[in-house]
Amino acid sequence: MDVLDIIKPENQVFCKTKLMTDTPLSYCPGCGHGTAHNLTMEVIDEMGIAEDTIGVAPVGCSVLAYDFMNIDMTQAAHGRAPAVATAISRCWPEKYVFTYQGDGDLAAIGTAETIHACNRGENIVIIFVNNGIYGMTGGQMAPTTLEGMKSSTSPYGREIATMGSPLKITELIANLPGVYYVTRQAVHTHKHARKAKKAIRKAFENIKLKKGISFVEIVSNCNSGWKMTPNDANIWMEENMFPYFQLGDIKVNGKLK
Amino acid sequence: MSELKLMKGNEALAEAAIRCGADAYFGYPITPQTEVIEYLMTEQPEKRTGMVVLQAESELAAINMVYGAASTGKRVMTSSSSPGISLKLEGISYLAGAELPAVIVNVVRGGPGLGTIQPSQADYFQSVKGGGHGDYKLYVLAPSSVQEMSDFVEDAFDIAFKYRAPVLILSDGLIGQMMEKVNLKDQKERMSNEELIEKYGSWATTGKKGRERNIITSLDLQSEKMEARVHRLMKKYEQMEKEDLRYEEILCDDAEYLIVAYGSSARISQKAVELARKKGIKVGLLRPITLFPFPKKQLFQLADQVKGILSVELNMGQMVEDVKLSVEFKVPVEHFGRTGGIIHTPEEILEALEQKIIK
Ligand SMILES: Cc1ncc(C[n+]2csc(CCOP(=O)(O)OP(=O)(O)O)c2C)c(N)n1
Ligand code: SF4
Repeated sequence: MDVLDIIKPENQVFCKTKLMTDTPLSYCPGCGHGTAHNLTMEVIDEMGIAEDTIGVAPVGCSVLAYDFMNIDMTQAAHGRAPAVATAISRCWPEKYVFTYQGDGDLAAIGTAETIHACNRGENIVIIFVNNGIYGMTGGQMAPTTLEGMKSSTSPYGREIATMGSPLKITELIANLPGVYYVTRQAVHTHKHARKAKKAIRKAFENIKLKKGISFVEIVSNCNSGWKMTPNDANIWMEENMFPYFQLGDIKVNGKLK
Repeated sequence: MSELKLMKGNEALAEAAIRCGADAYFGYPITPQTEVIEYLMTEQPEKRTGMVVLQAESELAAINMVYGAASTGKRVMTSSSSPGISLKLEGISYLAGAELPAVIVNVVRGGPGLGTIQPSQADYFQSVKGGGHGDYKLYVLAPSSVQEMSDFVEDAFDIAFKYRAPVLILSDGLIGQMMEKVNLKDQKERMSNEELIEKYGSWATTGKKGRERNIITSLDLQSEKMEARVHRLMKKYEQMEKEDLRYEEILCDDAEYLIVAYGSSARISQKAVELARKKGIKVGLLRPITLFPFPKKQLFQLADQVKGILSVELNMGQMVEDVKLSVEFKVPVEHFGRTGGIIHTPEEILEALEQKIIK
């Protein structure tokens, strides 16, 4: 049998969602950002809401998310995506508005915007990719960098006494009354990606139901920043990130788990 | 139906925003402009016109809310005072870079630092020379009465949408706080979402119904593209200079001496001109209404007629630099100003004119 006999529409088991453009991803091979983008776009596609969705891109490796996500998007200043999304959602309450942010963007420079948008219970989705480092600027310490973890600005490892503990901003947010749904997921295996997609779907369904903030953290890798091969980075993530940032739902239907 | 009312400058501005059909206001309290958000919260424009009003957690959040609303083609405004505007500058630079229309109001107080809550014009440089990072300019309107606080809101929106650029209304604590008669314009209807999409659908991020997606960004990683973007901005600024310069000449026809002043300084200088005329000194007043674009040519021409020019400001000498550049050393140009929240008297201004210019 020839290869061309196999490549037929009836044999197709998977295809890229049309809500991802054909622009080659700017991410390092093995990086979780691409999968997180893809899952988000699949959900929007499957829900049939692409024409009513407005995304907000952050500053970080995913600053160019708008090159890949085939929907209307606005690029926000570093950390301010929740404020930008707040206004879009307030002015267009019938639209699906989401932000896509890294840990430096969301949990350091944008902490205030994150906490207050969540506390007001804005009817938006926040997709938060936590890779424990500043990827874009070349691997500096993030608020989520683990104890002892090396980065270019914690070259001897993060020291709690002088640099503070890794920030569990997701748990902090879950405790705010205005917040409806908080979950922590991963995307490095098919199994994890399937679960993450369900969580993202639930988050966007909540917008339709006008339930307020849905917050989906994705614990991810940064093989370049961590200075590991993609495979080693995933193993390291499972062994070190997951025990501290435990996967699973944290708040569902407005109730803490 | 237009309406005559006695109002504070800040309140007149807030009411004008509702009446001209603004879609949203985002702000954070700071003296001497807090009445703007207080008035809006009390008026409940959401019920009157559907206008969204929200108290942000900071000026940073407020200006980025403005950015968000503006990216969807909505008519959005924010106001603050000096320290708050300093915080907003990154966002203002983003608005300029991403070519978004928005109205920003600065009711200036004295500085630097926490400074004073009293009126000042010490943010002139910040307003007309950029302020935030990068190659950009703001169209700057300087009201000198409560009436203008009201009128300039709609004018500012018109300019912002004509050029897809942020516009600054540069007021100060005196104009913001004083009460005067104001003729309020009729209520205009807010644009419907359908009309908005029809008008701004070519660029606004309203959801890609029936068209290719839109992207709002100020990022160009390719230098050639970034240079082209900046050139595009510069073209707008040139066009503003040609088509939308505004200024007022008072008793300039026979003037032998000239005062240049804007905003509250212009109000007080007008009185100084009267005092001088009573003494037989022929003084005129040129009041720039837009600080960018600046009435360069008018000043250049007036310099052929007058013997000297006094720039009167509530600061230690900022606009005077633009006056000097405009007249190209044809006549002596001096500065007179008070600062720290102190307001000059007409008598002081006349005295300064006599000592520094007439001699
Ligand atoms: C105001 C401002 N400060 C700093 C930067 C530089 N900067 C760009 S991306 C970034 C960190 C992004 O890290 P993160 O949010 O974790 O995203 P990642 O790149 O890891 O996906 C920083 C500090 C900036 N662009 N703007
Ligand atoms: S630097 Fe890290 S976060 Fe950025 S693309 Fe590479 S692997 Fe991903």
